[in-house]
Formats: sequence, structure tokens, C-alpha cells
Amino acid sequence: MNILVIAELHEDSLRKSTHSAITFAKNVGAPFSVLVIGSGADKAVQEAATFGAQKVLVADDASLKDPLAERYAPVVAQVAKGGNFDVVVVTASSYGKDIAPRVAAKLGAGYATDISGVKNDGGKLTFKRPVYAGNAFGYCEIQTPVKVVSVRQSEFAAAESSGGASPVEKVAVPAADPAAARVEFVSLEAAKSERPDLGEAKVIVSGGRALKERFAEVLDPLANLLGAAVGASRAACDAGYAPPELQVGQTGRVVAPQLYFAIGISGAIQHLAGMKGSKNIVAVNKDPEAPIFQVADYGLVQDLFTAVPELITELKK
Amino acid sequence: MKVLVPLKRVSDPDNANKIKIAGGKIDTTGLEWKPNPFDEYAVETALRLTENGASPKVRQGEVVVVTFGPKETEMTLRAALATGADKAIRIDAKDEDLDGDLIARALKALVEKEKPDLVLAGKQAVDGDSNQVGQLLAEYLGWPQATFAGTIKSEGDKSLLVGREVDGGTLNLRVTLPAVVTVDLRIVAPKSVTSVHTPPTHNYADGVRFAALMAIMAAKKKPLIEVKLADLTTDAALKIKYSAFEPPAARKAGVKVKTVAELVQKLKTEAKVL
Repeated sequence: MNILVIAELHEDSLRKSTHSAITFAKNVGAPFSVLVIGSGADKAVQEAATFGAQKVLVADDASLKDPLAERYAPVVAQVAKGGNFDVVVVTASSYGKDIAPRVAAKLGAGYATDISGVKNDGGKLTFKRPVYAGNAFGYCEIQTPVKVVSVRQSEFAAAESSGGASPVEKVAVPAADPAAARVEFVSLEAAKSERPDLGEAKVIVSGGRALKERFAEVLDPLANLLGAAVGASRAACDAGYAPPELQVGQTGRVVAPQLYFAIGISGAIQHLAGMKGSKNIVAVNKDPEAPIFQVADYGLVQDLFTAVPELITELKK
Repeated sequence: MKVLVPLKRVSDPDNANKIKIAGGKIDTTGLEWKPNPFDEYAVETALRLTENGASPKVRQGEVVVVTFGPKETEMTLRAALATGADKAIRIDAKDEDLDGDLIARALKALVEKEKPDLVLAGKQAVDGDSNQVGQLLAEYLGWPQATFAGTIKSEGDKSLLVGREVDGGTLNLRVTLPAVVTVDLRIVAPKSVTSVHTPPTHNYADGVRFAALMAIMAAKKKPLIEVKLADLTTDAALKIKYSAFEPPAARKAGVKVKTVAELVQKLKTEAKVL
């Protein structure tokens, strides 16, 4: 078996999501190579070479500057075919979920989305994945010779660099698909934040609709004190109290930090699906019946507008 | 503009924690069927693109809704017709005989017959959470895609400017039609969809529209066609097979703390995370 890991880049560096896809390959226990796609991606290539990959394959071209599925999928498919890879894996970020199905369709492969586990039984791979907002887990097998999977970042701990330097090999960039001529990258409005990414944070402070217009005013000081990422419930995002990229849930980011604060979050099913895997959950809510308390390790029934400032004072002691 | 919207019914997502798992199988008995929320948003988006929001009764395009399922899934289609869709197609199939790839291949054949300018789909169905049909279909058709759309601006019905909700923020793409667009939650906000037919000052109500009683009656006269799966694809092999399902691991019961001081003390000494 031979695994192809698709790297995800942020500017010129490897996004940490890539480390989870590498962990998948290590868990399967088969040789793997990492494919880096981009333009001027030397830094990412050097980093990718330190994880014990057989090879780091590089498609570096000006036409690959922006992550467009119509341009990236033909590269992945050509490399997967040319290198006789059996499994293609990417992390189930918005990037991975965008391109992986197009890759699968090109390869005639089955695609399992957002898997939370893998078992290798003498070369037969069984994938575990959440369904129904994490209220059930399914075990599935992909029936095609080539298999495409995306992995849930919170369930595959980031691989550590093992040093060394895998050989780097340039790959030819195939002719663009006709579809590529009909899609144009316009801009990326990236939220500027000094805080850690939600997918990588050890501590997350999340808020719900109860915070109203005071969302940032109340939560930012706590997050800053803890070096935490800030998350939000869907209700808070929908109401415009928090930007959409902060949404944690079934259809937002799925997170599993060491410590998760749910502040004024009632605990709707779709929110629980995004944070139930957290190691320690703290819930602060003035409603003692709020469903969030059913998953919280530590529950505090108190008005958040008094509890959060007290918490900051107590933590500073 | 002609828009095709794939629509799936799912067991009530607000009660997904009540599904039962016995003998490795999922049992959704007792849960009501509801349209997949993201697909409802796609229908709403399609309607907004094919009307003048200020006088929506005169249609400025066509919306075709399509589902895969047994006869009773026609209820889901009728509901979409009642909110304003123009035509419905049911592809006769059983849920257990389908996977995302087979649906995408059958939709490709249907798109080639119906010739829409745009396929608008929900980004994922909230039962299987597979998030793949739109992208697979785009690839099979050789069309461009814009996934996880939070905003869409139609540019003369020739191209769409799409604001995609990605992990780090918003990624803006322009796709030339025909294309596949999958929609995210915020596409149904009052100003998320801008069509060429609606005055830019128009504000939509937040969320999806409801059908008026008259419209429900009128929907019974709208065309609803049945198509056999075999007429769309002769290869009905599944690429993914599930062997078993299990419930999620239970979390150990937590404790209630009385004060902030007690909380901090427990986080420090018991959980050891501070």
C-alpha cells in the first residue's frame, strides 16, 4: 500500500491541518509521500520533508497560486495515477472538502468524508466516520481499488516532525481542465487575528447568542488571558454577533481542545457535534436546564455577564 | 436562468440525538421526515435568483427540484413546489441502494437532459454528513464549482460572484455558468443573494419562505415527473459500503460547581488544564 498525503498551505507554509493527514498515514502504517501544490512553496516543501515521507512531490507553478479545486484536482489525480498510490488523503478542512471529491471523481474512486478513525486489517482498510451530527458512527469500506479520504483534524493528533529530509521531486503540471477557465479567484478576505486557529488551539472560549452585541467585549479579555481561540455558536453567528468563520458545530469547525469554555451556549445538537470531543468542557449558563450541561465536565449556573469578569479576576490571582 | 436543485429528506435533525442504534443498524423510527436544511436553503436561493423579490409572483426563470427516493418522498417535492419551484422530478430509488457517487452520476445524466444554467445544492445532508455530491457532480460535468456559498451575486445571469465560507474567512470566486454551487447557512440572510431581477434595495425576510395555503393547493397542479434510476445510469454499483453503526462513546457525568473560585480550583487541581 502506498499513501499520498495532500498538503494544505497557508501563504508559503504548511498548514498544521497537513500534520493530521500525515498521522493518518502513520496510523495505517504504510509508506507515504506528501504532495505540495502551490506557487513559490519552498518553505512548505522543506517542512513537509521532515516527517519521514518516502518523497515530497512538488507541483509549483504560477497557475497554482490560489487553491482552486479545478486546478488542484487534475494535479492530484495525475500524481496519484503516476505514482500508483492506493490511498489519497487530505484533512477535512474547507480546502480538503472542496477538492477531495473532484479528485475521487477523476480517479473513479470512492470518497469517505471526515473520517475519525482507520483500521488496517492486513491491507483491508475500514474507516470510522461520524454521521447524524455525531450521534452515530459508521464503519465503512471503500469498494474501489483507489480510495480517497478526508480526515477530521481533531481526531488525528498532529504528527511531530521526525527530522531528516525526504527526497524532493518536482512533478509536471498537467494541462488545466476546461472548467478551470470558467472560475476566477477574486480575493480572500482573511480574518486578521493574533489568536491561534480554532483547529489548533489548546483552549477555546466560545460564546452564544446570550452575549448579544457584547460578544467581543466580554470574551476577548478571557481569550487573551488564556491564549485561547474564540469560537461561537451558530445562533451567535447568524445573529451577527460573531463572524461566521468562528462557528463551531456540525457545519462549522469541529474542534477538540484540551479545554473548551461554552459561555451562554444552550447546547443545540449541531453545536455539540462540533465540540463534544473536547477533553474538558466548562459550561457557564444561567439556565440550569440548558442541554450543554449534559456534556459539560464542569457546569456553572450563573449569569455570564458576572461570571466571565469574575473568572478573569480569579485567573489573574 | 434555469436552476436545478437536488433535495433530500432527512430524519428530523433537531432530534438527531434520539436516533436508536441496535444490532449495528440505525433506527430512525419515530423521527419525522424533514427536508435537509441546506437543501431548503438551496431552494430559497434558487427562487431568489429567478424572481424579482419586490414582485415575486411573476417568475423570471425556472427552478426544478429533484429527489431520489420512494413514492412518499414526493411530499418533500410538493412542499418545494408550494414555496415556488416550477417543476419536480423524483428518481425512484431506495435509500440503501444509493451513495453520493451514484447520486452524482445520475444527476449528471439528468442535468444533460434538463440543461440548467446552474445546479444549486446544499453543502451537505445532515444525516450522512458526506459533503460530496455537489463537487462530484461538478467534476463529472466538467463544470466549475463554488462550495460553501454564503453570498451569491448574479452578474447578468452569465456569471456568479460567490463568497465562499472557508476556515480562515471568505474566499470570493467568480464562476461562469453553467456551474455547480453548494450553499452554506448564511445564504438565506436578507442580503445574501443578489439577482439581476430584484432591486438592490430589496430586503428578504431572514431564512426560507413558507408556502401560503393557496400555493399549497396550486402546487398540486405543477408538474411532478418520475424517472427510473436505470434510465439515468446503468452502473448502480456503490463505492462506499457500511458494515455497522455504533452510538458515540458516552461522556462521563460532569459536576456542577457553585462559584467561579471553585471552578478555577477544579480546573487547576483536578483537570490540571490551567
